[in-house]
Amino acid sequence: MKLKLIIAAVAVSTLVLGWILFDSEEPLKEQSKDGVQSFQLSNGMKVLVIENHRAPVVVSQIWYKVGASYEHDGITGVSHVLEHMMFKGTKKHPAGEFSDIVAANGGEENAFTGQDYTAYFQKIANDRLELCLEMEADRMRNTIFEEKEFLKEIEVVKEERRLRTDDKPTALTYERFNAVAYTNSPYRRPIVGWMEDLDTLTVDDAREWYETWYAPNNATLVVAGDVDANDVYRLAKQYFGQLSASVIPELKPRHEAKQYGTQRLTVELPAKIPYLIMGYKVPVMTPESVNGEAEWELYALEVLAGVLDGGNSARFSKNLVRGQEIATSASAGYNMSSRHETLFTLSAIPNDGVEIDVLEFALREEVSMIQSQLPDDEELERVKAQVVAAQVYQQDSTFYQAMKVGMLDTIGLPWQMKDDYVAKILSVTALQVQQVANKYLIDESLTVAVLNPLPIENGDKETMPAGVNHGQ
Amino acid sequence: MVNKMSKALLFNKRVLAFLSLVMVSSVSFATPTIQTWQTANGVKVLFVPANEIPMLDVRVVFDAGSARDNGLSGLAVLTNGLLSEGAAGKSSQEIAEIFESVGAQIEYDAGRDMAVVGVRSLTESRYLSTAVKGLTEVLTQPDFPQDAFQRELNRMKVSVKARQQSPSALASEAFDKAVFGEHPYAFPVSGTKSSLEKMTLSDVQEFYNKYYVASNATVAIVGNVERWQAEEIVKAVVSSLPVGQKVTDLPQVKPLTAAKKIVIDYPSAQTHIFVGQTGVKRGDEDYFSLYVANHPFGGSGFASRLVEVIREDKGLAYSVYSYFTPLREIGLFTMGMQTKTEQTQQALSLLDQELRKYVDNGPDEEELADSLSNITGGFPLKIDGNSKLLGYISMIGFYDMPIDYLDNFLDNVKAIDVNKVNDALTRRVHPDKMVTVIVGKQ
Repeated sequence: MKLKLIIAAVAVSTLVLGWILFDSEEPLKEQSKDGVQSFQLSNGMKVLVIENHRAPVVVSQIWYKVGASYEHDGITGVSHVLEHMMFKGTKKHPAGEFSDIVAANGGEENAFTGQDYTAYFQKIANDRLELCLEMEADRMRNTIFEEKEFLKEIEVVKEERRLRTDDKPTALTYERFNAVAYTNSPYRRPIVGWMEDLDTLTVDDAREWYETWYAPNNATLVVAGDVDANDVYRLAKQYFGQLSASVIPELKPRHEAKQYGTQRLTVELPAKIPYLIMGYKVPVMTPESVNGEAEWELYALEVLAGVLDGGNSARFSKNLVRGQEIATSASAGYNMSSRHETLFTLSAIPNDGVEIDVLEFALREEVSMIQSQLPDDEELERVKAQVVAAQVYQQDSTFYQAMKVGMLDTIGLPWQMKDDYVAKILSVTALQVQQVANKYLIDESLTVAVLNPLPIENGDKETMPAGVNHGQ
Repeated sequence: MVNKMSKALLFNKRVLAFLSLVMVSSVSFATPTIQTWQTANGVKVLFVPANEIPMLDVRVVFDAGSARDNGLSGLAVLTNGLLSEGAAGKSSQEIAEIFESVGAQIEYDAGRDMAVVGVRSLTESRYLSTAVKGLTEVLTQPDFPQDAFQRELNRMKVSVKARQQSPSALASEAFDKAVFGEHPYAFPVSGTKSSLEKMTLSDVQEFYNKYYVASNATVAIVGNVERWQAEEIVKAVVSSLPVGQKVTDLPQVKPLTAAKKIVIDYPSAQTHIFVGQTGVKRGDEDYFSLYVANHPFGGSGFASRLVEVIREDKGLAYSVYSYFTPLREIGLFTMGMQTKTEQTQQALSLLDQELRKYVDNGPDEEELADSLSNITGGFPLKIDGNSKLLGYISMIGFYDMPIDYLDNFLDNVKAIDVNKVNDALTRRVHPDKMVTVIVGKQ
């Protein structure tokens, strides 16, 4: 179960407003509108609790402010490799024991790495929270890095890269698209890392990364479920409170450099169907932009993505999948919650026989249309209705609730933002949607990637029966 | 901006394997009470009130999965997908606008056994009534317009091509075919190039008329409504379905009589490996023994032997697992993994060795005790939301499981001991008659 997931690109709609300033007095407690209770330990660790008494279960997540975007060339993938090594045990709880104890208590556990964070979690009966916190606190400071274990685990990670990226034509195209779209932003590097970097990564690299970033003052504990917030605070203090703080390095800014004109790439590899991705550089929410004058732009970009691809009635389905019937699928994506400038992406798979430049032209036509004509009220209302409803449906997942606040906090945004998300979306006007389309969806900041399929040699069962051997 | 979560989180195969087992797992503390009744036209309804969130899920399940394709592989999926592409005189676009204007999410899906049509809606009455009316129309008055038929058929043809660029999909198709032989479960749910070329609109209409009938339907409903409201909603959705004919039984799945090995040359960095055979069906007398047996072997992630040996000890794979897929008739027992080309033989030998060792000796007492405590202790996690409950009651209703299935699940699990596991393994798992599929560079 300890599956070590990668979050490739986080497109979770979250976003909130309002600042809370923490000072080191404890317990400092703040409560947001939908019930997040916040504490801070004297070593700087944050504790966020969401009480939800639907079922006698609890989700515990520990979020570290480190991920692929913290890395530099030559050690790409180290955050994710470290995530794997975190399951290799401590002196107190040797390799496998954490997982075994969680499993024997009926729990589930896992971890995931993104560009801007690394997180570990357990889901378990609410009376077993303490054992999770004890073990999580232990491995924050006491994980053992043995070369023998590392050498095996790095092979597992390479298999993971082959599985998720190298043998998946669209995933490989997406990886190379990012590598071209971003010039100096750390987002140009894959979370899983380049294969050569994985080949040359050492146990010392992983240990050094751990010692640099894994500290209570660089972590946030989020607990959601059938618990009492004050009990959680007490347990957190008991197990994490004794850990000493570290001096956390300050990252260089690495703001994406200005782009001068459209960038294009072609990825040619054995495949069957073409694929198109287009990405425009767009801003994201920063601590400074929260509640600021230009904040509306980010919500307008989210609504813009909804107008294009917010459901089966949205424009891409209406005009490209139906209508012209030139795409078998088409999507638009934007997520305002990340640490660095990101991409507003359009992607599509052409229908059989449709040339890829015809598809690109059609996607660009959709962009021009919204730039020249205001979206009508009804389509805007549909986008907004879906956002309102989704906010309700999301309550069905305690895990998701915890994830929203953990992610916001870890990327440096006030988690209270989430309370105002719906209201801010509802206040976006048709004119604002058009304005952001005109301001940001421009050729100057565009990157276009095309997957151009080559024949799959020996791989086609229908045309190459010689490659198939039935029977033994 | 909504529904992007699924794109963002990449769950690996082993997680999915585990989740599929979770579907049939447990109960111990306060099991939710399932209310059940029949509509006037004979549809069985299962209802769980859940009042914490102002939302409702209504799901209608038909015995109209690909097992009913009758030689036209992909027909069940196409028929199911076309329901919302034109109904009651409204176009695809109009239907989508109706649902989305109230934030409702239509759900449709077809697998081997089940075809599902449903909706998730807010319970505020002006929204809910729109969503229920929309669901009723797509379910009972589909128009199957010719242009939509052609368009969706073309999209399915592209998806067939997409599977041909996936070594894992190629392996999975070859595996199904080798294990199930001539049985309807042998064929790809989403169709093949040749079956899609043969398909006509009247095939779709006939399939719908025959299988989307009251005698063949079950309704699962979970959410924030009173019993009388649930009854009204279900009545509105299904009362105009014709009674129709109950489907006939599927043919039995025949056990394999000899080992088979299928090798497909494919230029991938990894070799994708499936090893397995026929498994177990819903309601099978060995169901609980085999479910528990699989848990310590390859069904419990890092607590499992396969992960311990193949991933942790040898670093051969990222994902390695085993699971049973219980269906109406006997489904698959699958062991799966991927490893770089050079390690293929080593991986295959280890897989075979672990399987033989396990079938010969079974789990040790402690291993089994750990598995039982994981399954029983983890029960509250399996039913802690509306979506999860909806999944359970759909399964219980569709497969005619006892209504107290959840209440008794833990007792059924706890009744399994080492002897029962060993007995079931010996009778049901045959290491000398395994299908082995290998897709990769040869």
